[in-house]
Amino acid sequence: MKSKEMTGKKIINFLSDNIVTIVFLVIAIIAIPFSKLSAQYIITNLVDRFARSAFLVFALILPILAGMGINFAMVLGATAGQIGLIFAIDHRIMGIQGLIYAALIGIPIAILLGWFSGLVLNKARGREMVTGFILGYFMDGIYQFFGLYLMGWIIPLSTAAVRQVRGYGVRNTLGLEPVRGALDKLINIPIKIGTFSLNLPLGTFIVITLLGLFVVWFRKTKLGQDMRAVGQDQVVANAAGINVDRTRILAIIISTILACLGQIIFLQNMGNMFTYTSQRQAGFFAAAAILVGGASVTHAKIINVIVGVILVHLLYITMPLAGKEIFASAMIGQYMSDFINYGIISLSLVLYAWRNRRNAELARASLRGAPEGGK
Amino acid sequence: MKWLKDFITDFGWPRIIIALFLMALFIAAPFVGVKLGPSFTDVFNRFGQNAVMVLALVPMVQAGCGLNFGLPVGIVAGLLGALITMQIGLTGFTGFVVSIVFTVFFGSLFGWFYAALLNRVKGEEMTISMYIGFSIVMLFSILWLVLPFTKPTLVMGYAGEGLRRSISLENYWRHVLNDNALTIQIGSVIFPTGLILFVALCAFFMFIFMRTKTGTAMTAVGSNPDYARASGVSINKMRTSATIISTIFGGIGILVYQQSFGFVQVYDAPLFMAFPAISALLIGGASVNKASIVNVIIGTLLFQGMLTMTPSVINSMLQTDMSEVIRIIVSNGMIIYALTRKTKVAK
Amino acid sequence: MSEPLLSLKNISKEFYGNRVLEDVSFTINKGEIIGLVGENGAGKTTLMRILFGMPVIAETGGFGGTIELEGTPVVFTSPFDALDAGIGMVHQEFSLIPGFTATENITLNRESLKRNFMCDIFGERMSILDRAAMHNRAQAAIERLGVKIDPETLVSEMPVGHKQFTEIAREIDRKQVKLLVLDEPTAVLTESEAEILLASIRNLAAQGISVIFISHRLAEVTSVADKIVVLRDGKVVKETPAKNVTIRDVAGWMVGRDVKIESHERTPVENRVYLSVQNLWVDMPGETVRSVSFDVNKGEIFGIGGLTGQGKLGIPNGIMGLFPAGGKVLLDDKELPLNNARAVLEAGLAFVSEDRRGVGLLLDESLDWNIAFTAMQIKNQFLTSILNLFSLRDAKGMTKLAQEYIQALEIRCTGVKQKAKELSGGNQQKVCLAKAFALEPKLLFVSEPTRGIDVGAKTIVLDTLRRYNKEYGMTIVMVSSELEELRAICHRIAIVDEGRIAGILPYSAAIEEFGYLMSGSAKEGGAA
Repeated sequence: MKSKEMTGKKIINFLSDNIVTIVFLVIAIIAIPFSKLSAQYIITNLVDRFARSAFLVFALILPILAGMGINFAMVLGATAGQIGLIFAIDHRIMGIQGLIYAALIGIPIAILLGWFSGLVLNKARGREMVTGFILGYFMDGIYQFFGLYLMGWIIPLSTAAVRQVRGYGVRNTLGLEPVRGALDKLINIPIKIGTFSLNLPLGTFIVITLLGLFVVWFRKTKLGQDMRAVGQDQVVANAAGINVDRTRILAIIISTILACLGQIIFLQNMGNMFTYTSQRQAGFFAAAAILVGGASVTHAKIINVIVGVILVHLLYITMPLAGKEIFASAMIGQYMSDFINYGIISLSLVLYAWRNRRNAELARASLRGAPEGGK
Repeated sequence: MKWLKDFITDFGWPRIIIALFLMALFIAAPFVGVKLGPSFTDVFNRFGQNAVMVLALVPMVQAGCGLNFGLPVGIVAGLLGALITMQIGLTGFTGFVVSIVFTVFFGSLFGWFYAALLNRVKGEEMTISMYIGFSIVMLFSILWLVLPFTKPTLVMGYAGEGLRRSISLENYWRHVLNDNALTIQIGSVIFPTGLILFVALCAFFMFIFMRTKTGTAMTAVGSNPDYARASGVSINKMRTSATIISTIFGGIGILVYQQSFGFVQVYDAPLFMAFPAISALLIGGASVNKASIVNVIIGTLLFQGMLTMTPSVINSMLQTDMSEVIRIIVSNGMIIYALTRKTKVAK
Repeated sequence: MSEPLLSLKNISKEFYGNRVLEDVSFTINKGEIIGLVGENGAGKTTLMRILFGMPVIAETGGFGGTIELEGTPVVFTSPFDALDAGIGMVHQEFSLIPGFTATENITLNRESLKRNFMCDIFGERMSILDRAAMHNRAQAAIERLGVKIDPETLVSEMPVGHKQFTEIAREIDRKQVKLLVLDEPTAVLTESEAEILLASIRNLAAQGISVIFISHRLAEVTSVADKIVVLRDGKVVKETPAKNVTIRDVAGWMVGRDVKIESHERTPVENRVYLSVQNLWVDMPGETVRSVSFDVNKGEIFGIGGLTGQGKLGIPNGIMGLFPAGGKVLLDDKELPLNNARAVLEAGLAFVSEDRRGVGLLLDESLDWNIAFTAMQIKNQFLTSILNLFSLRDAKGMTKLAQEYIQALEIRCTGVKQKAKELSGGNQQKVCLAKAFALEPKLLFVSEPTRGIDVGAKTIVLDTLRRYNKEYGMTIVMVSSELEELRAICHRIAIVDEGRIAGILPYSAAIEEFGYLMSGSAKEGGAA
């Protein structure tokens, strides 16, 4: 009897802990048949898109570990990656060298921006998420000032295809032909089973695997342990002599660097870049993916990244067509997937805040009520 | 000199810089060939157009819910009110008033649900309200496509269903407040008396409300929730009232905005409308947990003044349009400034 | 015996002209257990802060006297210096990370590390944790305590007792720990857990670690300590071997004062139960009330005393609906609803909170708001009706009320529009009293009314309470850590210990009796 109750409770706990993932999975499962897409189409697309964006989502793990919530300020890192790519294209460095060049320019900028956003977030304790979000917008302004006015004026731009027609500033859309697929196609393995064919972008997958190993390794380091400690209780960590502020800033810097690299990988796959808006999508997508994958504001694992990226992309692939099929309107499908995305982030934040309050009350339950008899 | 120092720390550097910047723009304007008359007209119009939405933020700040990034919840209530009125076919001042009535109804309804949610997530209101705002805008984007609106002026021509992206108010109540018998012209300055009077009416209502027993309790909740609770005030009830009022005013705010702008914009147009309103309030001297009607007026004037003057003056000076960049940096910079100020985080 | 491990010589400390420690000297030998006892405010906390080099000490002007460790004078500028020198401290509240295992907590920020090539580039923090070594260290530390805990258990899943042991294990894991300070280590433990802890402490002492044991449970102190040092009003009043000392002796030394209390006349009390509290429990963090019952008569000033953290503050806070509570409370034979702040206020109770700045005041608002707000919300006063449609704040009425109280209570301020945060502590307290009086309560709770205010204001506050009791027959329940002050104005005084009433005594009872009730030895006497 008791064990049955226990397993029942376990199942309920599992469901309530993973409700966001489950809801999303159900939506995706419903959408797939309606989209009438072939398995071949879905799988090849999924593989391609997974390779494209998984790296970006990894950028969110460390700040969550350090108790700073979803690092919406990762947009700053994506911006740094884009600046790197602009220079790579402008200096006409092609292929994988171009990507490395972009990374070498992007990383120092990412470190600087990460340090800056770490400082700001340390001043906004308790409101890191909303501050990080606004920080992303703020940086948009600086970036636009830099990209639209300083580039080609103070900082020389040598390639006409990069310059705006008026003579200075970077174009709003930038073709990335020279570096397109440079990583994806570095080691490309075509798989063919019967009618099923798939190009496996092995180069990108190797990089993603290496990053995964890095995260696993990092958790075992002293710094990783310090981040966990800071994330759970800043006061205790501080009393034990851990430099809390510095640890938090380091978490944000690493996150920003990863976002920078992630954005470079993302854009080499896409092959073109909306110079002034691509970075924003990176932040929005990554936050949705990691939460859909079952992470919360305080817990994130690699599996959350993988599951989340797959599920969100599954929705992106199927929803517009499913919408067209169900509502006879592709627009509805488009809005629906946006709504589901925003809604799922809200839901997961709400559930988290809610559960937190409930647990705090449960923790004190033993102190309530008159004890039976004496002590 | 001490008073000056106190004044500066009290008022905050960013605000002083913005005020000085705006002053410099006005002084520079005649020299670069920008006429001041139309500029003032513009500032007044844009002030009136935006002020009510800024005003809508006040009760929630006062009740300790922070900055209402979920203002779109009110905005969709306003859109719904306007569109239903248009579907019925009411025009002119009557149409405007009826759309307000609808807006109040939907605003109360949505506001109540929104408040119930926010009361369960104390401490995380701002991030969550932002995403709630985004979600409701997308949800209504779907509804704009499926709700049974039929008026040809509203729906997309070729399909016969689904709302247009922006719907002209020309034959309904465009400029019903801006352009009426009350409008005064002095030289080249056109003063939209009707619009400003309506804003004043809304502000007066808010002023009165904040002075009732409930309004007083609300302010105490924001100032010190523990004090309020110890005085027998229900914090949740106060936050609920504040959220509902804020949502209703957000709806009325968009109605005022639209009649001045001339179009009803649906789909993702309201997505980011909370941000300029929040910036304006903060520029006016409000903080994350204290805001007054004076903050609203000063802030909207400064912010809209800046938005009006930068394109014309800076463009004439530098031959390039940097106003968008300045707007992004100033408005978001102001929000970050406010979020990083040390304040007691509400429980 | 060789030279002592630690000697404190003529330690003295002033806070803003307030002498809190005077000429404190005593020594601790290797492997010796010192029982340090004293009332709240006797100077224990300050003494420990000095010993640990807490920054707050230097910020407030440093201290006088010298500390010698193994014969050499030492000056610690931060707690980490003290830790490095081999002095560890276990606080009353747990400072453990709940999501970490015992091992991770014991070795927190002192983890065993394995270096790798990354360390050369990015520094030591890139080292990998040596989990096996950490486990062994944790195991060893726990074993030294003589208890059995699996080092891989999460702290959040441990019983309280194990948390306490984990915390001590963390201190003795340090390589060269010589002295351990335990501040109320048994406060959260059950009796059997406390027994085990005392045994561990003896065990540690036998291994040569000296211990300063701070506890209000005098039975534990007398049983475990080799030497007892009693602090009172910042001075060492007794330093004695623990042998043959009784609890009553220590209690007497702790509270005994030479000063004579002024004996004010008490107003006659009606022989009628006005407030009856039955089996009250309150979940107030740090001040948990387990089960409390007492009666207050009409017209009485009823005192509630006891040491900090024992639950005396929980009683008014629970009854006033500020923290979750249960049990039964009757006012004038009518049952009061619990967990409902508004209903209790409407029933005619009022409360002056001990947390003046946190709960008592709207610091950013003016005095008239502060004084009139509660009355406005509860009694609908200070509202003017406009056309019978709605009513607005009556600013004039609020000003008038505030002015009356400013005069009556001698509140020193620039006017009713001054912000509450700009007043001194004493004047803020008077504003809190005014707020309560404005409700014209039938029964008033005042909690720590004189905490942190100067002597002049203290007198005014106490006189005011006495006056309202005498002139209006107001029944008052006063909660205070200051026994003297309770004895000066109350009719009867209840002493709360570990969430229960240890006993109720008339104000004229001998001071040693009160001390005995506080010592954790009189549990059976409660619930009278």
